[in-house]
Amino acid sequence: MSVLVYTESEQGKFKKTALEVASYAKAVADQMGTTVTAITFNAEDTSILGNHGVDKVLKVSNAQLETFNAKSYANVIAQAANNEASKVVIVSSSADSKYLAPLLAIDLNAGFASNVVEAPSSASPFTVKRTAFTNKAFNLTTINTDVKLVAVSKNAFGVKENSSSATTEDFSPSIPENGVKVESVDKVSGKVTIADAEIVVSGGRGLKGPENWGMIEELADVLGAATACSKPVSDLGWRPHSEHVGQTGKPVASNLYIAIGISGAIQHLAGINASKVKVVINTDPEAPFFKAADYGIVGDAFEVVPKLIEKLKAFKAQQ
Amino acid sequence: MKILVCISHVPDTTSKINFAEGDTKFDTNGVQFVINPNDEFGLTRAMWFKEKQGASVHVVNVGGPETEPTLRKALAIGADGAIRVNTAATDGFQVAKQLAKVVQDGGYDLVIAGRESIDYNGGMVPGMLAGLLNANFVNNCISLEVEGTNATASREIDGGKETVSTSLPLVIGGQKGLVEESDLRIPNMRGIMMARQKPLNVLEPVDANSETSSVKFEKPAPRGAVKLVDADNVEELVNLLHNEAKVI
Repeated sequence: MSVLVYTESEQGKFKKTALEVASYAKAVADQMGTTVTAITFNAEDTSILGNHGVDKVLKVSNAQLETFNAKSYANVIAQAANNEASKVVIVSSSADSKYLAPLLAIDLNAGFASNVVEAPSSASPFTVKRTAFTNKAFNLTTINTDVKLVAVSKNAFGVKENSSSATTEDFSPSIPENGVKVESVDKVSGKVTIADAEIVVSGGRGLKGPENWGMIEELADVLGAATACSKPVSDLGWRPHSEHVGQTGKPVASNLYIAIGISGAIQHLAGINASKVKVVINTDPEAPFFKAADYGIVGDAFEVVPKLIEKLKAFKAQQ
Repeated sequence: MKILVCISHVPDTTSKINFAEGDTKFDTNGVQFVINPNDEFGLTRAMWFKEKQGASVHVVNVGGPETEPTLRKALAIGADGAIRVNTAATDGFQVAKQLAKVVQDGGYDLVIAGRESIDYNGGMVPGMLAGLLNANFVNNCISLEVEGTNATASREIDGGKETVSTSLPLVIGGQKGLVEESDLRIPNMRGIMMARQKPLNVLEPVDANSETSSVKFEKPAPRGAVKLVDADNVEELVNLLHNEAKVI
């Protein structure tokens, strides 16, 4: 009956989203008067899960599951859910979790709600609040099936401390045949990704050319942030497509989003709206981004950004 | 190769989002509907397979008669035929069930859908459809090549991309990258005229229960006005972000 949560790890280490979904699972388990079981794939040290409300860890260690594969992972999670007789299964909104979740829903005959931002408002009927219309609205949704699957939005519920004594069990599932084979993974190492970043620094056409991105990167470095860009910038080839954030690009749900030389087209705002605090720096006081931002500076990025870097460096030095 | 492209009929991005009937329904009053952007990238990639590899391309929507102009637009862009499953879309599972029946009856090898629709953002129909069909599935797909029954695709992952090899039958959750924005096609007059002659078949739905139900909608609380900081006093912004917003 326990709530099952899929806690993602990378190279054996848990992602922040894993701790967030564990915290969410704990809230659901408390509402339902049950416990939390986490399933991990090739994670080394799972003790940290015990700080976030997990009572039992199912450890899967299998070389065939070294590389993420949606169908295999979904199938293994479904086996765990059946073993635990789980009525609620929780996953994150990472690219991998979004990939496996609909397959898992079919495996479990589970009704599925994605982009969920709060703990259930009621456990019976099981009702959750999710974002819709690309963050322009919320939708209260009831899941009517016996088994329920919830994908929690990033950075919405938050990581909560909940000390428990988590027991660990090895779990040896059967691995299904798989028709999708990973040939290569091309990943920038050592850089903060937009998906994981607490802070994102984003540049737009106002920066006039790719040669001016040095200050964006320096600002990102000072803040430990990821760099991103607007759609025109990626369409012009100034920056790689992987940095494009907005409705047709990557979604951003960071704590702080700094937009430099971005006017704030509605498609851009839709993609970054889930960020908690937004800062805009733009020469045009009429730019729509000023209506969506928390803090703004009307000014030339080429003057403001170097000053901001200098002040932030001084601030960091004091910390 | 027989390709089916799933088309969501969604409000244009610039639409005002309002709700009616006690906030239980999306208010379509004055809203212009378009092909879901993620689907349009997939449709344009399908046109490439049609022109270069002789594939046939059909488009499908699950919805009422009001979605037909959107299907006609897809025909004007170049799809060979359209199918509308005549039932209101109530949740991702119910839509996937309807689509699975269309795919099975039509013998499609490749199904291209968008990674998510920009209205309900569920992001579940392509994967559920693949699960129901027991077909291969690639989500967040940013490139796709097919040779015979073998396919090579890449997908966007957090922080990079991944290249996979797979085979037909295949379901794709597509997005920008399948083709570029500049490759998207605006229907020309000839295309629009030809679209009128192309078949648009209306099919009756199969029995499928929704697994979820929408209770009501809410709009986010209106946000406060932006706090402006003088360009000569950048230090103030650092202070605000640290002491007030507490994000640095």
